[in-house]
Amino acid sequence: MLDYEKPSPPPDDRRWKVVDRTMRSHGYEPHALIQVLHTAQETFGYLDEEVMRYVAASMRVPLSQVYGVATFYHFFTLKPQGEHTCVVCTGTACYIKGADSLLAAVEEVTGAKAGETSADGKVSVVTARCIGSCGLAPVAVLDGEAVGKIAVDGIKERIREWTSIAGDNGGAPPAGIPTTPVEGPAPQNPIIEGVTAHDTRRAS
Amino acid sequence: MRQELRVKTLKIDDHDVAGREDQTILDVARENNIRIPTLCQVNGLTNYGGCRMCLVEVKGVPKLLTSCTTYVWEGMEVTTDSERLHNYRKMTLELFFAERNHICAICVANRNCELQSLALELGVDHIRYPYLYPSLEIDATHDKFVIDHNRCILCTRCIRACAEVEGANTLGMMRRGVNDKIITDLNQPWGESPTCTSCGKCVNVCPVGAIYERGMSIGEARKEHKFLPHLRIMRGEGTWQGRV
Amino acid sequence: MTREELRELREAEQKRKQKYKHTVNVCMASGCISLRSDKVKEALDKEIAGRGLEDEVLVKRVGCVGLCSKGPIALAESTRIVYDGITPEDAKTIIKNLDKAPSKALREPMEAPFFRRQQKIVLEHSGLIDPERIEDYIAVGGYEPMLDALIDISPAEIINQIARSGLRGRGGAGYPTGLKWSTVAKADGSGDKYVICNADEGDPGAYMDRSIMESTPHQMIEGMVIGAYAVGANHGFIYVRAEYPLAIERLKTAIKQAEKMGLLGSNIGGTRFSFDIQLRYGAGAYVTGEETALISSVEGNRGLPRPRPPFPAERGLRGRPTLINNVETFANIAPIIRNGGDWFASIGTEKSKGTKVFSLAGKINTVGLIEVPLGITLREIIYELGGGIPEGHTFKAVQTGGPSGGTIPEEHLDLPVDYESLMKIGSIMGSGGMIIMDETSCMVDVAKYFMGFSKSEACGKCIPCRVGTVQMHGILERITDGAATMDDLALLEDLCDLARHASLCGLGQSAPNPVLSTLHYFRDEYIAHIEEKRCPAGVCKLQHTGEYEEILEVRE
Repeated sequence: MLDYEKPSPPPDDRRWKVVDRTMRSHGYEPHALIQVLHTAQETFGYLDEEVMRYVAASMRVPLSQVYGVATFYHFFTLKPQGEHTCVVCTGTACYIKGADSLLAAVEEVTGAKAGETSADGKVSVVTARCIGSCGLAPVAVLDGEAVGKIAVDGIKERIREWTSIAGDNGGAPPAGIPTTPVEGPAPQNPIIEGVTAHDTRRAS
Repeated sequence: MRQELRVKTLKIDDHDVAGREDQTILDVARENNIRIPTLCQVNGLTNYGGCRMCLVEVKGVPKLLTSCTTYVWEGMEVTTDSERLHNYRKMTLELFFAERNHICAICVANRNCELQSLALELGVDHIRYPYLYPSLEIDATHDKFVIDHNRCILCTRCIRACAEVEGANTLGMMRRGVNDKIITDLNQPWGESPTCTSCGKCVNVCPVGAIYERGMSIGEARKEHKFLPHLRIMRGEGTWQGRV
Repeated sequence: MTREELRELREAEQKRKQKYKHTVNVCMASGCISLRSDKVKEALDKEIAGRGLEDEVLVKRVGCVGLCSKGPIALAESTRIVYDGITPEDAKTIIKNLDKAPSKALREPMEAPFFRRQQKIVLEHSGLIDPERIEDYIAVGGYEPMLDALIDISPAEIINQIARSGLRGRGGAGYPTGLKWSTVAKADGSGDKYVICNADEGDPGAYMDRSIMESTPHQMIEGMVIGAYAVGANHGFIYVRAEYPLAIERLKTAIKQAEKMGLLGSNIGGTRFSFDIQLRYGAGAYVTGEETALISSVEGNRGLPRPRPPFPAERGLRGRPTLINNVETFANIAPIIRNGGDWFASIGTEKSKGTKVFSLAGKINTVGLIEVPLGITLREIIYELGGGIPEGHTFKAVQTGGPSGGTIPEEHLDLPVDYESLMKIGSIMGSGGMIIMDETSCMVDVAKYFMGFSKSEACGKCIPCRVGTVQMHGILERITDGAATMDDLALLEDLCDLARHASLCGLGQSAPNPVLSTLHYFRDEYIAHIEEKRCPAGVCKLQHTGEYEEILEVRE
């Protein structure tokens, strides 16, 4: 089960090669565990057991440590996420300007609490502790697009658009921000090669 | 060749004492029969500094320091017991009791519990904080041992013993803050762990009744960890990097 | 690239720029991009192409101009006019009016107090240069202080200059930078030493570090190289929040460009000094802003702090001496080397030298980023630069220092902003976030908000913070629910005292600050909640949700 020869990834799935590349570029150093988990989550959308086992065995890091790190940091998620992601910033500036009522509205429309995905798998609701766009408070990030000064009605409408149009994600993975819940769904984070925040936006 | 270690002279509670520069305040205090309460510290494992029981005052240092992690220096003046320290220790113990579901009367470690005896020693007779009553599980899938998370105080002794002395790294910690939980491997049932050697060191270092041998009844747990420093030396010291 | 080649490149770049009659800078930092400033730039480019003005007018992507709430922002350099809230349709008007005084509709002269009252060292080039072109930074003299330092100045003399400047850590604690550098320089030199830039900007409401990384990444990198040379380190890391994708992209670009030009990496500028920088991403944990927790995270572990001493300056990354400074601190270094420590020390107050970047947010007219000399009063910041409180509302308090800081009431608005003064009134400088609150904010609710933050960000290593924050948050919840007694208040104060003195790291030690400062200045609000079951600001519902009782009932 714990084969400490470097394990070979499932063939025919190029995604493992992306993870491999990151590990190789860091010389399989245990120090780079968090970097590798970032890549893995970016590639697979979330960290499942198979990925964690593969990373642990390749980098010779104890399983318990991989799991401990993956659950310590709110950015990582161990569960698949919804088609769309709505991140409500709950930083101080947003809080002062009513982020809690925004979040309540989102939870009402989706039927999912912060950290959960709606029953139909369409929308993941996530909170961020501050995305640093305080000038535009309150801010929500809808599929990677930061929307500033958003009102309760506005955000409800945007989410209703998602839930009525099936699978309209423009083919791009949602870009994103960190999550507060530990095991809740998180959006993917566009920090690995070639993908940046602004080119994953939905518009146009 | 081992380098010559310098000797430092210091004052602990108005006693003039001496210690090597690689000794902590706690080491030197113990050598001189000065009692400092501890909970997460155990000889033979890396000191952690999490339980805050061994906090002491050092003259000229504005912050309180954990005596288990602070090395002695020349001319240091340490106070190990004061009304303030005593109060902090009591409050800290109260926080432990309120955190999880500690019910001594039905615990395997009753009368052999370090948390219980510290409460006795420091005169904790009631808990002023609301109990948090978290809903926690008991993992009894291992054929020799049981972990009851209701009684865990998150001191990480078991994790350190597993990593530093046994070298298995089976045990770890998941999540963070008050949601911390001791896990085996990828948070799987202990009985299914491919890495656990069933060595039982975690059982022996657990200061409370959280990890115990299967089949034990109330008050039957006996812990023994004097072998740890020996094993640590025999297996080579200082290789562990601190992954708690 | 040698020093001579660098100077030649600077002159060539300056000449290239003079060719243009006008330059229009379009802010392309995160805030403005999310308001579609990229579309504005496209429209401007198209307008210029349509008029055949490519050789006369340069439309430049730049970093943050500072007026974040009024974006998208563009700045016409020749007329020194800032255009705010522009749309792609405005492109025509802007280009047409480049020579003339602007039409009334297009706004905000740079003589407005918001710009006039600022003094920029860290943000000097922010909003004026393209963050993704190293040549732009070189054109304003960038990397010259670094090569001067490497070639002409001894490490000891650099540390001396930094010490003389009086610069203190901009991450929050205000530890003297020169002292930190000299400690690392003197530490055991028998192996590697490291430099880490703490870019894990965690305080909600503070975004100056993000802005620096997005606007002038090279300035920060230059500071890191100088620091590394001064302390004798050859390897560096930037630990940056994963929440800042654009900052990460720009840092990556900047590192690549600097390496390509030989201004980073082996034998920098042809000298014998080598220094490389790697990026490490945070993953959503506030505690990793604490230096020992940060080191643990850079090493790939859970972000747990460890007791100090030993300090990272002696035993840090991989057990080796490590210099850790924050983004803004490093961004101050090159200007100090260029102008001398005494120049920097002439700005600010007796004990707090230089300038500080603050982010203004909350209930204030101008939300944005400002850089002001230390010693300026809070009143000047809020009413002159920030334009005061929106009409119809009254100022209640300003929160500085985030979850580790405090809430400052009206009576202290004339206090100079420096490390000591803020500490004296129960707050801290922190990383520079200022949240302005009006009468619609309840101080107990604000304290509860911050305690909730600390609770969910506690790492769990030490119990006063792990459980103490939960207990304190529970009491605050009971107060805002109208279920608390005066005994609870006493218990809350006891817990604050315990967490402050018995917690392991700064997170736990400072978690009580928002409670303590609101208790100090707004105790009557707490009493009103408890004794009269009334929220003076009308925020708290003072209704029993019954949740905590239910838990007890089920369990009993």
